[in-house]
Amino acid sequence: MLPYTTFFVLSMFIGREVLSKVPQTLHTPLMSGSNAISGITIIGALVSAGMVGGVWAKWIGVIALIAATINVVGGFMVTDRMLEMFKKKPQNV
Amino acid sequence: MFSEGFTAGAYLIAAILFIRGLKKLQSPVTARRGNRLAAIGMLLAIVATLFSQQILTPAEMIGGLAVGGFLGAVMAKRVKMTGMPELVAAFNGFGGLASALVAGAEIARIVEEGGGFGDPRGHTGAYLSILVGMVTFSGSFIAFLKLSGKMTGNPIQFTGRYLVLATCTAAAVGSIVWIFVGGDMVSLIMILAGLSLILGILLVLPIGGADMPVIVAFLNALSGLAAAATGFVLSNTVLIISGALVGASGIMLTRVMCVAMNRRLWHVLVGGFGGDSDDSSDGAKQLEDGRTITSTTPDDTAILLSYARKVIIVPGYGLAVAQAQHQVRELADVLQEHGVEVKYAIHPVAGRMPGHMNVLLAEANVPYDSLFEMDDINHEFESTDVALVVGANDVVNPAARHDQTSPIYGMPILNVDQAKTVIFLKRSMRPGYSGVQNLLFFEPNTRMLFGDAKDSVTDLVTEVKAV
Repeated sequence: MLPYTTFFVLSMFIGREVLSKVPQTLHTPLMSGSNAISGITIIGALVSAGMVGGVWAKWIGVIALIAATINVVGGFMVTDRMLEMFKKKPQNV
Repeated sequence: MFSEGFTAGAYLIAAILFIRGLKKLQSPVTARRGNRLAAIGMLLAIVATLFSQQILTPAEMIGGLAVGGFLGAVMAKRVKMTGMPELVAAFNGFGGLASALVAGAEIARIVEEGGGFGDPRGHTGAYLSILVGMVTFSGSFIAFLKLSGKMTGNPIQFTGRYLVLATCTAAAVGSIVWIFVGGDMVSLIMILAGLSLILGILLVLPIGGADMPVIVAFLNALSGLAAAATGFVLSNTVLIISGALVGASGIMLTRVMCVAMNRRLWHVLVGGFGGDSDDSSDGAKQLEDGRTITSTTPDDTAILLSYARKVIIVPGYGLAVAQAQHQVRELADVLQEHGVEVKYAIHPVAGRMPGHMNVLLAEANVPYDSLFEMDDINHEFESTDVALVVGANDVVNPAARHDQTSPIYGMPILNVDQAKTVIFLKRSMRPGYSGVQNLLFFEPNTRMLFGDAKDSVTDLVTEVKAV
C-alpha cells in the first residue's frame, strides 16, 4: 500500500508542476485530453472483461470497458479536433 | 503470452508518454503533438494488457472496444464547439463509471471465485473507487443535462437538502465502516454504490449556471481520482500515476476557476448562485437617481470603430450563444484593413468551461496570439479607444471592484471602464448570470447597441466596409 501511496503523491506533484504552466487558452483541450488519460482505467476493464471466472465479474467488466473506451477514444479525438483549430497569426499581413 | 516485465515496461513507457504529452500542452504549437503522444501511450497500454492476459474470451473484449470506440468517435465528431462543456462532462461521467465498475468487477471476481475477502480493510481502494466513481458518474450526468439545456440551468434547491445530503454522506461512510467490522460485503457495496449515485445528483442539482465552469473542472478532478483509486484496487501503478495526473489537472483548473470568480469551492458546492440568464425579466433602463443608458446604432458605432486607433473586443458567453464568433472575426479583419489595432481580452470564465471561449474563437480562425489573458491586457484598456463588449456582462462589471454589497464583489474583472468608449452589444437590459445590475451601462462613455449579437456584428461589418 505504501509504495502505491508514494506513486500517487509524487504523480500529483508532477502533475501540478507540468500543468500549472499550461496557458489559459489551452485549458479546454487540457481538460478533455487529461480526461481521456483518466480513461486509463480501460486496462482494468479489459482484464475484467476478458476473465473466464465468473459471469458477474465479466459482464460488469464489459460495461466498464464500453464506458472507458468511449472516454478514451472520444476524449483524444475531440481534443485533436480542437487543437487542430489553434493557429498562429499569419506573418506580415 | 509475454512476461510480466514486458507489461510493466510498456506501462512505464505509457506513463512517460502521458507526462510528455501533457507537458507539450504548455504551448499551442506543440499541443496537438502532445495529445497524440498521450493517445499513443494509451494504445501501448491497451495492447500490452491484451497480450499480457490470457485472452480466453476475446469476443467480449473486442466487442466492448468496438462499441465504446464507435460511440466515442461519433460523439467527438458530432459535437459543436459550443457544446464542448456538456461533452466533456459526459466523458468525465463515463470515466468515473468505468473506474467504479472495474472496482465492482474485482469484488465480483473475488466473490465468484469463492476464496473469501480476507481483511475487509484490504479493499479500501475499491470502496473509494466506487464512491468517487459513482459520484462522478451521476454528478456529470446532471451537469450534462444542465449544460445541454435538457434541464434548467437554474439552481434546484429544496428544503431539507442539507439534511438529505448529510444523511446520505453519513450512510455512505457508515456502510464502509460496516464492511470494516465484518458486514456483508456484497450488499453493503451495492448500498454504497446507490448512495454515491444519489450524492452525485444532490451535489450538482443546486449548482447555478454561473458556477458551472467550476463544477465541470471539479468533476474532471474526481474522474482522475477515481481512476487512481482503481489503481490501488488492481495494484496497478500506471492507473495510479495517470489518475493522479488527471486529479492534479482538475484540481488546478478548479482553483483557477474559483480564483477567477472569487468564489470558494465550498461556496460553489453549497450552490444556488446564478441561473440561466435567458429567463429573468428585463432590467431597468433608468436608475433611481435618474441616470439613463445611451443607445447607439450600427452606423454610429461603425464610424467610432473605424476611426479608432485601438479596439479591444471582449467576448462573453452571449457571443457563443448567438454563434457570432465568425462575424466578430470578420469585423476584426475589416477593422485591421482600416489600420485599427484589434485585440481580444478573454476573461477566464468567459465561456462555460475553462478556456472555452478560446476554443470558440479558434474555430472562427482567430489566431491564438491575438487572444490575451486578463492579467496581460488589463493595463491596456487605458490606452484603448473602444472596448467592444459582445455578450459579456458580469466579467466587466466595476461593482466587483468597489461595491462590497454586490455578490460579485472581489471577482477579478476586465477593466473595460477605463477605455475611452465602451460599447455593449446586448440583446436586452437583462442582468448577467449573477443577476446583478451593471452600473457601467449608465456611464456617460458607455453606448448600448441592442439586438442579437450576430445581427449587430453583421451590421457593423457592412457599415465599417462602407466608411
